[in-house]
Amino acid sequence: MSVDLNTLLAILAMAVATVATRIGGLVLIRYVTIGENQKRALEAIPPAVLMAVIAPTALVTGPAETIAAAATAVAATRLPLLASVAVGVVSVALLRQVLGGAW
Amino acid sequence: MQVRNALQEFRAAAIAMTPLIVAVMPIGLVFGAVAAAKGLTPAEVTLMSALVFAGGSQFVAMDIWTHPASWAALGFSALLVNIRHVLMSASIGSKLDGFSGPARYASMLLLADEIWAMAEMRASNGKLTPAWYAGLAVPFYCAWVLTSLTGAMVGALLGDPKVIGLDFAFPAVFIILVMGFWKGRETGAVLAASACAAVVTHQLLPGVWYIAAGAAAGVVVAMLSGGHKEAHA
Repeated sequence: MSVDLNTLLAILAMAVATVATRIGGLVLIRYVTIGENQKRALEAIPPAVLMAVIAPTALVTGPAETIAAAATAVAATRLPLLASVAVGVVSVALLRQVLGGAW
Repeated sequence: MQVRNALQEFRAAAIAMTPLIVAVMPIGLVFGAVAAAKGLTPAEVTLMSALVFAGGSQFVAMDIWTHPASWAALGFSALLVNIRHVLMSASIGSKLDGFSGPARYASMLLLADEIWAMAEMRASNGKLTPAWYAGLAVPFYCAWVLTSLTGAMVGALLGDPKVIGLDFAFPAVFIILVMGFWKGRETGAVLAASACAAVVTHQLLPGVWYIAAGAAAGVVVAMLSGGHKEAHA
């Protein structure tokens, strides 16, 4: 059960950043009135961030990942979360076998 | 009598939360396994899940993990990935009437997506009390920390998660969440801008700048399309 010092620092930095975002909204509503424009910008943040995180994996890793990402997106429109995750995981594993993948 | 009421509320909330707890368990196991594959010890995995408690940012951290770990890059990426919490806490923050000052801040420490969604639901069709919130948050938190630890210990035995596609579980969760944010063409423009900026930046710059670039591009497009609409209104 060992903890590396650099790892501990990184975990603490992540924890501080996360706590700041969780407390941030509480502090915000005490001091700021959010107008239409600010609201539109804030609402775009979650999909924009999520898309940015997955774009390199989904689009430029290899054909197996790209096809599996598309399959997951289609599954998400009609299946519950866990089933859609299963579709993604199983299809990427099979496609890597078939296509030889970039991993 | 009051203690008994609080216990009943805690229990009812925990029961309402059960499906989400079941859903998060495999994700916690996968996180532990992925983290172990990256070289983190079970103690480090448990510490991260207990202190950060934000799955999205934890998976992104594993994606960009280096040895030795860079606290600046990882802290910055956690800030970017979790910036949505500002909106969530601003929204639920106005519905915490029965909470004391310290309890408001304490409850926000456990504001994960699932807990937030269930708390919003309770606030809209009942009364969100501290006991109810605790019933949503505490069992879910314990499930996340314990399954992370289990995944870190068992995952190390399983070997490379890529062989059975488990490394793809988290991108898959994110893809599903993105689909949930779809609200029409405007969302499409935001996603396209974010994806383009992220891929280009990812090819050109090291580290997590691609997340910032994608987020910024998406927000700019959202503001431009909003301004466009107003100009024609």
